[in-house]
Amino acid sequence: MTLTLTLTVNGERREVPLDDARPTLLDVLRERIGLTGTKKGCDRGQCGACTVLVDGRRMNACLTLAMSVDGAEITTIEGLAENGALHPVQAAFVENDAFQCGFCTPGQIMSAVGLIAEGEAGDDPERIREGMSGNLCRCAAYPGIAKAVADAQKRLADNERKSA
Amino acid sequence: MAETLQFPTGHVRLGSNAGQPITRRDGALKVTGAATYAADNRPDGLLYAVYAASSIARGRVTHLDVAAAKAHPGVVEVMTTANRPPLARDPDAKVHMFSWRLEALQDDRVRYAGQPVAVVIASTLEAATEGARLLAPRYESEAPRTGLDDGEAFAPEAVGVGAPPSFDKGDVEAGLEAAAHRVETQYETPAQYHNALEPHAIVAAWEGDHLTVDVPNQAIAIARNDFASFFGIPPENVTLRSPFIGGGFGSKAILNGPQILCILAARMTGQPVKLVLTRQQMFGPVGHRGATRQALRIGTDADGRLTALEHRASAMTSRFDDFLEPAANASQNIYATPAMRQIHTGVRADIGTPGPMRAPGEASGSAALECAMDEAAEALGIDPLEFRLINYAETDPASGKPFSSKALRQCYAEGAKRFGWAGRPLAPRQMRDDAGHLVGWGVGTAMFPAPMFQAKARAVVREDGSGLVEISAVEMGQGALTALAQIAADGLGIDQDRLEFRAGNSELPDGGVAGGSGHTATAGSAIFAAGSDAIRKLADIATEDEASPLFGAGNAGVVARGGRLYRADDETRSASYSDIMARAGLAEIEGEGTGARNPANAEDYAMFSHGAVFAEVKVDPELCQIRVSRLVGAFAAGRIINPRLAESQLTGGMIWGIGFALHEETVLDPRTGRPVNGDFAGYHIPVNADAPSVEALLVGEDDPYVNALGVKGVGEIGITGTVGAIANAVRHATGVRVGRFPIHIGALLG
Ligand code: FES
Ligand code: FES
Repeated sequence: MTLTLTLTVNGERREVPLDDARPTLLDVLRERIGLTGTKKGCDRGQCGACTVLVDGRRMNACLTLAMSVDGAEITTIEGLAENGALHPVQAAFVENDAFQCGFCTPGQIMSAVGLIAEGEAGDDPERIREGMSGNLCRCAAYPGIAKAVADAQKRLADNERKSA
Repeated sequence: MAETLQFPTGHVRLGSNAGQPITRRDGALKVTGAATYAADNRPDGLLYAVYAASSIARGRVTHLDVAAAKAHPGVVEVMTTANRPPLARDPDAKVHMFSWRLEALQDDRVRYAGQPVAVVIASTLEAATEGARLLAPRYESEAPRTGLDDGEAFAPEAVGVGAPPSFDKGDVEAGLEAAAHRVETQYETPAQYHNALEPHAIVAAWEGDHLTVDVPNQAIAIARNDFASFFGIPPENVTLRSPFIGGGFGSKAILNGPQILCILAARMTGQPVKLVLTRQQMFGPVGHRGATRQALRIGTDADGRLTALEHRASAMTSRFDDFLEPAANASQNIYATPAMRQIHTGVRADIGTPGPMRAPGEASGSAALECAMDEAAEALGIDPLEFRLINYAETDPASGKPFSSKALRQCYAEGAKRFGWAGRPLAPRQMRDDAGHLVGWGVGTAMFPAPMFQAKARAVVREDGSGLVEISAVEMGQGALTALAQIAADGLGIDQDRLEFRAGNSELPDGGVAGGSGHTATAGSAIFAAGSDAIRKLADIATEDEASPLFGAGNAGVVARGGRLYRADDETRSASYSDIMARAGLAEIEGEGTGARNPANAEDYAMFSHGAVFAEVKVDPELCQIRVSRLVGAFAAGRIINPRLAESQLTGGMIWGIGFALHEETVLDPRTGRPVNGDFAGYHIPVNADAPSVEALLVGEDDPYVNALGVKGVGEIGITGTVGAIANAVRHATGVRVGRFPIHIGALLG
């Protein structure tokens, strides 16, 4: 069996030959394409470490069979910074010390980008905490994460206002 | 060594970089996905190993369908007890204090559920996973023992890592006899699993007799020697790379069986092999915090002063090894009492061996002690904070030694003020919020030893005035790459932007163990000493060089700052490092340093970090759902190298306290001995919404004895005090005292 999986990852179109229909999107990204920024914390949809954007929506890559998103646009943590400048969410994570070991961080950041884009939480701390609660952080950098998301949300909203 | 113990008397001072709340030096790497953890390595020719884990807890493996696994496309090899290559060291040998007995397919016995029973090696992860499933092990199974009650009790020789199992001071029985009030109480703490978000992982590659392992490790030099001894090669033939650890919490300080199996797989196949544990496999061969049952007896006189304090703990361990949570020892050094006794017993069951998990002993012991102290305060009708102040220990209650420093009184005061403790009603069930929820306030004392281990470091001043510091220190989230670099930059008298800091690799000087909250103190001392050593050499050159503005100042007459040496008596006269080196024709000047505690200070003083934690909980009166609405901790831990990072460590520890108090527990099925909740869906850790308001205040402390940097540690203390504070707040909110952690809704529904 030879399958060809076509994905656009961080703007780059990739054809990934697969001899196997079983790999998840997470394992394809990490083990076949070599984008190891996305992490595996549980492989069961329980921790959020593998969060990526699939056609703009946040998803657990470990719960997604790669072939099921054939043709999709994927954004991973490696695709956020532009021309060496950190994305506002990334910058806010650094400034608010929103991580310790950093292992959950790619997933937290992708989740935050998704949450802000969904526009549901705004800058309400309680809704931010709720909206980020699918992403476990064993180091418990939660206070910093909540602050970083609120900060980034404001920064992105300001940018939008300025450009409007 | 004497030299390193006396700094900073030389040319360099802590303070230009150390003490600043800079953001993490590895921040950009961590937010872009560029920080590489062990499982991110993909060497050419990589194979994947997946092991089959036993589904019984006691018995023998009688059959494995090796043929089926081998027939699966992509499977390269299957390793079982029958074909496992020999090891140069017995996996059941105890070689040193930090060696645990481990399972590396040495026989067909099953000692606990989740033990590796065979390894499948394949060209893809999917094939290895399916191969392992196809092995379908069959067993001859015996009824497992799983709990404190059906386990086999024994009198241990030691608890923790080599600590005495009992301690006595004064006459406890007489103290209890004479007491005006007595409290006798009991608390249970469950098995908890570290569950670092990064599962244990290893990539092993052999080149002839040289082994390279990418593996998260908190004790690089010890692990390198251990790996070497398992494979009969000299330690220098092992390269261990651990640049980033995705959370350790103690579990990555101890070698484990799966690591050995992966290295064996690489040897068997002649190709690099990656083995990553599944989340479910994290509940077995990689350690946990052992369950305890603790009984306390506290006597007080009519004024509330302790007359006796007794703390007994039963701690669970495996059938084949001996780590026991030293829970009772948590009450040795905290409250003044004329008589105390701590006693541990061990209980063996068919479980994986426990190990050190963030604040081993202190966390469980503090949970029970702080609750018991609250019970004693309640018996007296005294405010629980007032009661703790009445029993404030001016000297170490166990040894009688003075504390090297102890700003606990300020911690109580500042924490109470920030929290708004004053006016707390004494009786329970007195406060409600707007939504009608019961509100309760509790306090706990936090305390953790301030140990030092041994470390070495190397520092270099380069001709362009930049610096390099090398040490096999460990970045596991605590911020070592940042805080140690701040110390390193001060040690070399340069700005931290001019410093290259190399760590996390066994080829570098031994940075010691990242554990026991002693890494910054130990590695930091070595680093600072190495920098001072290099600068002393530089100063020699400058002051003996007739062409230098520093000529004749005498070595002791110059100070280093911002990449220049200045005359101490005339700061208008200075020379840059690069000018000094250019004139001397030197490309590099190297210094070396070691870090260890001054033995005389260790003898004379008791050394601890302290803190006070205040908790507010809200409890739904009908559903009994518990929320920790506020936590305020105030901590004194010597000199703080980076307040931003220290706060994160402390709040992180406090949130672990929320998990301990309300969430974390592994439940074993008594029939199979398997965890019924062995994943993140079942084993609950706090999420963001569980920690709405957590604040850590830093209380300054100047400690000239603990080490020359004045540094204690902040990695573990946050969990101590917090668990008790939350439980006490639950009691204050509801009137119910729960004797078992985690506190579940069910216990409140009564
Ligand atoms: S790895 Fe996908 S949710 Fe945990
Ligand atoms: S930063 Fe370590 S798990 Fe979140």
